[in-house]
Amino acid sequence: MGMTIAEKILAAKSGRDTVVPGDVVTVDVDTVILFDNNFMPNNWREILKVADPSKIVVTFDHRVPAPTQQAAAAQVTGRAFVKKFGIKRFHDVGHNQGISHQLVADYVYALPGSVLLCSDSHTCSAGVFNCLARGVGGPDIIYAAIKGQTWFRCGETVRYELIGNLPEAVTAKDAFLQIAGVHGAHATMNVEYGGPGVAGLSINARKTIAAMSAELSAEFATFEADAALMEWISARNPAPFVPVRPDADAKYHAVRTVDLSALEPLVALPDSVVNNSQPVAKAAGTRIDQAYIGSCANGTQDDIELAARVVKGRRVASGVRFIVTPASQTVYRDVVASGAVQTLIEAGAMIAPPTCGACGGGHMGVLGPDEVCLTSSTRNFKGRMGDPSSQVWMASPATVAASALTGVITDPREFLN
Amino acid sequence: MNFKGRVWIVGDNINTDLILPNKAFYLTHEEQALYVFSANRPGWAEQVRKGDILIGGSNFGMGSSRAAARSLKNLGLACLIAESLNGLFLRNCVNFAFPALECPGVHAAFAEGEVAAVDFEAASVRNESRGTSLTGKPLPTPLMALVQAGGVYQLLEKEGLIAAKT
Ligand code: SF4
Repeated sequence: MGMTIAEKILAAKSGRDTVVPGDVVTVDVDTVILFDNNFMPNNWREILKVADPSKIVVTFDHRVPAPTQQAAAAQVTGRAFVKKFGIKRFHDVGHNQGISHQLVADYVYALPGSVLLCSDSHTCSAGVFNCLARGVGGPDIIYAAIKGQTWFRCGETVRYELIGNLPEAVTAKDAFLQIAGVHGAHATMNVEYGGPGVAGLSINARKTIAAMSAELSAEFATFEADAALMEWISARNPAPFVPVRPDADAKYHAVRTVDLSALEPLVALPDSVVNNSQPVAKAAGTRIDQAYIGSCANGTQDDIELAARVVKGRRVASGVRFIVTPASQTVYRDVVASGAVQTLIEAGAMIAPPTCGACGGGHMGVLGPDEVCLTSSTRNFKGRMGDPSSQVWMASPATVAASALTGVITDPREFLN
Repeated sequence: MNFKGRVWIVGDNINTDLILPNKAFYLTHEEQALYVFSANRPGWAEQVRKGDILIGGSNFGMGSSRAAARSLKNLGLACLIAESLNGLFLRNCVNFAFPALECPGVHAAFAEGEVAAVDFEAASVRNESRGTSLTGKPLPTPLMALVQAGGVYQLLEKEGLIAAKT
């Protein structure tokens, strides 16, 4: 019987001929990423042996530069771990730092067909690289670093067949909010993205959709590989790889077509990403205190340059804090070079260093009582970005930038057409 | 593993930010437990008694990988029975040896304050107050074994692969 991409990789990595939904398999792990939270004094358990240091990546991303003593202590522990085991792929505060999922794209730490683990739920971001990447728990990461293995329960797969091209000012975030709004949670299931519409999406745009798939509660989110993906990989990582395609007779829970050309800018209302999307027009006029662009989903060069196009020659509304966070130092350098940063700071944006920062309510833009934020980050749960009484609305970077200019939720097409 | 306790009931899509909010991140495990549901049900954590049982709706524990299951355990809850469990959350339950079961129909089968009797291995859930019973989905054998072994850290500690807790 045919297999989906996820089933094929699970089979290959567990040494089986086939894997079907319901199977619990032990698989070899190619890449294990640890980040600052793993090393927090109240999380860390000292590892005495690792399976293979060359399979480990360490970055500090959730809280950098360290905003508290605990965060600083975590980094001290992390550096000692890196030194003890001679970890080469280490992204300390400095030249190579970034949010783990952005680093996976910057350096292609996830090759097609591979298995990658990190204890951040948006690890599925790496699924853009035609691999199996899953956010797991802290103990899973310690286990995988030590043993080189983990377990997965295989679920059914939903395939999204993308067709058409996105209209101007409509982004991959809107495409995701469309899927999440209509189809809701995909708990216990995998999602597979393919179809002719993929070719019209940049790798960064695809990565937005892959990262956001964590909000679908999907087990794995995986894109099919195409020429653009292979080019991106080859330019950054010389290692050989073989793309994994689904079998023609693969069995899906459902196959759903999404026509990208028919989409419009959307916004997710506070407290839930799934089943909560509306056209921007319906939320237009909602007052905001903060506009946030960043995170592993929307802190790419594409996102920041799009925001710069929206605000070029204009000023952020008074009373609005517009915070822009490049997802890595590489992205930061690129958007400085392209002039986007200059445009944004002239408009009144504040640029924060590459960090998860406000996305997780950690620092660099935490919300106070009753404040309202429009964010392009990943999650809008109650209290996610600060005080439990604050509200987090979610939209594309274009919509966030347009709204920063007006002080109320605004359709970006007014500024981009 | 058998449990008998008074039940608390929460709804669908309970997320990890509600169980372990960011503001408790730097606290001790014991302190963190007191922040469970502080945003949606302030004061609840103080009312939980050791051995109480939590009943949830569908996709319980959606959201992040944070050690939210550990907080439920440290709060003194004996176990969690939900309509369905988020995949990532289930991993953390298993890893931290917090017994959690999927049992379709459980949400409607109980009212808050009633008493549940749970046979974890058999996945059977009985409403002692009403005399009704349900059967859920037993954990796959390897995961059950990990819960019974006390979770990942106990296992790794026993094998000498992580340092003993100081
Ligand atoms: S940016 Fe937000 S969603 Fe992404 S890894 Fe950081 S905290 Fe998680």
